[in-house]
Amino acid sequence: MALSLFSKLKEGLDKTRKGITDKIDDLFNSYGEIDDKLFDELEEILITADVGMQTTMTLIDLLKAELKVRKVKDVHEVKTVFKDVVEKMLTEKDNKPFSIEKTPTIIMVIGVNGVGKTTSIGKIAQKLKDDGNRVMIAAGDTFRAAAIEQLKVWGDRTGVPVVHQSEGSDPAAVVFDAIQSAKARKVDVLICDTAGRLHNKVNLMNELAKVFRVIEREYPEAEKEVLLVLDATTGQNAIQQAKVFNEAAQITGIVLTKLDGTAKGGVVLAIDSELDIPVKLIGVGEKVEDLQLFDAHDFVEALFN
Amino acid sequence: MVFESLAEKLQGAFSQLRGKGKLSEKDVKVAMREVKLALLEADVNFKVVKDFINKVTERAIGESVLQSLTPGQQVIKIVNEELTALMGTEQVKIEFASSPPTILMMAGLQGAGKTTTCGKLGHILKKNGKRPLLVACDIYRPAAIKQLQVVGEKVDVPVFTMGDQVSPVEIAKSAVAHAIKYNNDVVILDTAGRLHIDEALMEELKKIKEAVNPKEILLVLDAMTGQDAVNVAEHFNSQLEINGVILSKLDGDTRGGAALSVRAVTGKPIKYACVGEKLTDIEEFFPDRMASRILGMGDVLSLIEKAQENFDEEKAKKLENKMKTMTFDLEDFLDQLEQLQNMGPIGDLLGMMPGMNNKALKGLEVNDKDLARTKAIIQSMTLLERKDPDIINASRKRRIASGSGVHVSEVNRLLKQFEQSKKMMKQFGQMDKKMKKGKGLKFPFF
Repeated sequence: MALSLFSKLKEGLDKTRKGITDKIDDLFNSYGEIDDKLFDELEEILITADVGMQTTMTLIDLLKAELKVRKVKDVHEVKTVFKDVVEKMLTEKDNKPFSIEKTPTIIMVIGVNGVGKTTSIGKIAQKLKDDGNRVMIAAGDTFRAAAIEQLKVWGDRTGVPVVHQSEGSDPAAVVFDAIQSAKARKVDVLICDTAGRLHNKVNLMNELAKVFRVIEREYPEAEKEVLLVLDATTGQNAIQQAKVFNEAAQITGIVLTKLDGTAKGGVVLAIDSELDIPVKLIGVGEKVEDLQLFDAHDFVEALFN
Repeated sequence: MVFESLAEKLQGAFSQLRGKGKLSEKDVKVAMREVKLALLEADVNFKVVKDFINKVTERAIGESVLQSLTPGQQVIKIVNEELTALMGTEQVKIEFASSPPTILMMAGLQGAGKTTTCGKLGHILKKNGKRPLLVACDIYRPAAIKQLQVVGEKVDVPVFTMGDQVSPVEIAKSAVAHAIKYNNDVVILDTAGRLHIDEALMEELKKIKEAVNPKEILLVLDAMTGQDAVNVAEHFNSQLEINGVILSKLDGDTRGGAALSVRAVTGKPIKYACVGEKLTDIEEFFPDRMASRILGMGDVLSLIEKAQENFDEEKAKKLENKMKTMTFDLEDFLDQLEQLQNMGPIGDLLGMMPGMNNKALKGLEVNDKDLARTKAIIQSMTLLERKDPDIINASRKRRIASGSGVHVSEVNRLLKQFEQSKKMMKQFGQMDKKMKKGKGLKFPFF
């Protein structure tokens, strides 16, 4: 199981890996000694991978320090050291993996428009159902045209009930209904969809806060998980999204979607280093099973091997 | 917000230049390093940034910029010009076929906002007197067709669908026939979102292209896309030869880096920008305005020019001294107001100010009449009162009010505002010290 998961992850991340590591390999092979030019090029590679300026500089400083400590002189060893540095950064904090530890649990899925919230919910629902949980979905995106229909299709596919009202209704009311229904049916996990919203829209963020108040009041016994869905193709704006959403709701984890494109996934490093919010799930494809648990070690291995 | 933070950073880089009467090559390079960082943080493509910085540095050092009287501002001007050039200096519109219908095919990644953008495009074209038809060619994503139908209904544009069991190529062909029959002169094809490296789906787009020969293929690109934006655009372009780009979600606090890179790398113009959640929130794209937006400088250059034209150098110096020594009085206030009025309508001036975008201006209605009234109030004061507003008691206020034809409350408000302005000035004075004797423009206050 662990092995197949790993190979699946590696497969999905193949393009990501090719993006970063081919270049890094090229880089290390074409240099005879460790000098400033090497670090400059390394900087370029990290930036084009969307790692972001700040984190790139942090990583390079860490690398330099580590090279000094280990007294590395050979260019080819730099790669191993660099891998260690990145992995250390990702694993430094003791983050719990994504799992349902206590029932009932309520999972709120939030994010900006078009990152793949609804699709991720479908996949999460399937995953949790397969694990033997009783799952329910609340169609809290009452804004986007046909969002409810899209979620209903996922409900049919996964055989999970979807609580919904009509388009344009109050999302807090939908969530309220869903909580009552979840209690009555003794559901283990209630997953709430929310409308995609740009994080700089104050009213929409307030609406989100209202939904959270309803949950707090109506479902105090439930374990709360707040997942922010981020699109891997998003650039430095992802950090800002995480920051602002984190103010409206205590984010417990990030779902990083669309890692199967050519986007390099460098945001993961930036988010981890700057925000201390762990990545819990990653999306590496369109199929239900393409939603993977994020594992720092596997991730770095797949990235650098 | 990030958008402002980029502007701030750029302004920071520039203010170092601005404060100096003479610039060395090193000064320029230090500033350019900061510009580079700011652009990278705005997700402008790395290579584009590199070229850009080289070009600007070369021009800044090469031209007689460094010897000029205002080298800092010259450099800023170069940055602005190059930035505009990057995005293509002129606005490019959608071309319509000589014999209708004009077929527009939309393409893009999942979640870029194609379906919504189709609706918005339909809306704006309809407003321009066209009779568009929306076509649902996304047969894969659950409820995509339904979404287009809802969107179409909202903007009152007909939607052509054949369900999700017919191939998109067939749908496109039938849609064109339908458009001809029902006299729709623009056909907008909504296609499924796809990864640019998904060969099967790219093949499908090519087939649609072959089958209906669209007049324009438009790539819908999320404005928040990072460094990958260039890859996406290049792929789509090499496979389909796109005619242009529509930027979506530009209303986020994105810094529009993708906008810069895509034009520079593919040479394809940005034709529209989606700037809000409502279906009416779509605008034609103007490169120069975008450049100012990215620089967060409004139209500072013309503002500076205007200010220089109208401001009396000597008076400005005096004023600066007064601000520093805190002896600024209502007489000076009046002076400022007069100079300000010489520069033109306030609304226009504010629009040019850094950090003042249309959004910020919307809630802020500045009335030139208010200015005139304020002037009248001050002019109704005696010289002594202007020099020392503290002596203005209730009876003096009544006199001033009737002299200027306003209510006493307005006199009160003016005095209060003046007090606040004085406080603000104190802060400005401190800021000034921090910025090392900034030679920048002292904005008149009101």
